[in-house]
Amino acid sequence: MSDHKTMTLTLIVWRQKKANDPGKFETYTAKNITEHHSFLEMLDCVNEDLIHTGKDPIVFDHDCREGICGMCSQVINGAPHGGQDRTTVCQLHMRKFKDGDTIYIEPWRARAFPIIRDLIVDRSALDKIIQAGGYTSCHTGGVADGNAILIPKPVADEAMDAAECVGCGACVAGCPNGSAMLFTGAKVSQLAILPQGKGEAAARVKNMTETMKECGFGNCSNHYECMAACPKGINVKFIARMNREFIKSLIA
Amino acid sequence: MQLTSSSIGRKILMAITGQAMVLFAVIHLLGNSSIFGWLNGGINAYAEHLHSMPLPIIIGFRLALLAMVCVHIWFGIQLTIENRGGRPQQYAVKSTQKATFASENMIWTGALLGMFLAYHLAHFTFQVVNPDTAALKNLVPLHNEMVPNVLGMVVAGFKNFFVSFIYAGAMIALFLHLSHGIQSFFQTMGWSCDKSQPILVKFGTLVALGLFLGYVTIPLTIFAGILKG
Repeated sequence: MSDHKTMTLTLIVWRQKKANDPGKFETYTAKNITEHHSFLEMLDCVNEDLIHTGKDPIVFDHDCREGICGMCSQVINGAPHGGQDRTTVCQLHMRKFKDGDTIYIEPWRARAFPIIRDLIVDRSALDKIIQAGGYTSCHTGGVADGNAILIPKPVADEAMDAAECVGCGACVAGCPNGSAMLFTGAKVSQLAILPQGKGEAAARVKNMTETMKECGFGNCSNHYECMAACPKGINVKFIARMNREFIKSLIA
Repeated sequence: MQLTSSSIGRKILMAITGQAMVLFAVIHLLGNSSIFGWLNGGINAYAEHLHSMPLPIIIGFRLALLAMVCVHIWFGIQLTIENRGGRPQQYAVKSTQKATFASENMIWTGALLGMFLAYHLAHFTFQVVNPDTAALKNLVPLHNEMVPNVLGMVVAGFKNFFVSFIYAGAMIALFLHLSHGIQSFFQTMGWSCDKSQPILVKFGTLVALGLFLGYVTIPLTIFAGILKG
């Protein structure tokens, strides 16, 4: 059956030895790829070949390979995570491609995400935004204490929708301005919606957006490319909510 | 100052000044449409009504509009430069899902509108483009008094192909600019949610289309000889 059908692909991959290296595209051939390979497994096959021929393998980020963690970060043919709706690279399968295809593979490109090597970028700028206010300082107790505060289901659901963000940075990679508004908006909203987070909402939105700017992210110009790129389907309504929180912080 | 330095603050200033100018554009079109005769005395009566307002109101209104334009241009340029720096190296393959020609070219449609605005003011406000037909120099009788012949100036202007062409072209830039700008206003002010956002995108495009059609009708009907002086 289709298991025996294999495809041969041409990969044009960004290779960069270190941060200050200019970097360039290199062309590789991926052979004997089946439609059941995930995109990362396909790269594993290419790397096996490279290692056997004494060449440096293509360096890329990955962790869970189950579509959960958001560690994988590749721009495939111009689309972060390959452009399949709500899918990370690790869950993108080769059945989406056909024999003879040419595939461009690039790292996340943004000023705030310097390239470490090949397809790996430094995403610690997102951690800096979290450190600026993506938490509550109040003691929230154990699991039982969490249930002591009654939160209506629709409110909890809304907060959970925002909390789905795994911080992969695809929103930044997709944004023509390299802006982290969807990431920051999701984090600000997630906490502002819940009673435990409301107390520090004003300081949080100011500090997190200020840190976003200091880290070198661009500003939002409402292209909504971030929402299309997000593997977790975070809606731009959370950017609107962050804007509301910002306006409230000016008045408060 | 949070409003003039922060990422969202400057966006809010862009949104408010932009939206104020959209409101002006709507009122301006309603006033201009008097050229089609729904007002007794036509556009000459409308112009006379505006000019007979107390001078402080006229000057105040013009200064407020000028301030809106300046703030919008200043932060528009500043934010665009910052945003271009946000992704210093472009992807080898460009693949946009949601961004549009309008959203990606706001700075250029804005620049065209800025240049058009300068021409438009020189043409109909300062009346230096075509001094022979300047309304302030050609008075006509209206309700027992002599008033500037705005209708004559407008008709004389738009009978020229290049003038009509400039105005029609500028209105395409206006349509593109507002088709992104209007929905952008609601998003930036935080007045949208997942249900309303797609509707606001359509609403913004419809308003932009309405303004485009409304404005472009005036030079087109005059150039085609349907509307006569």
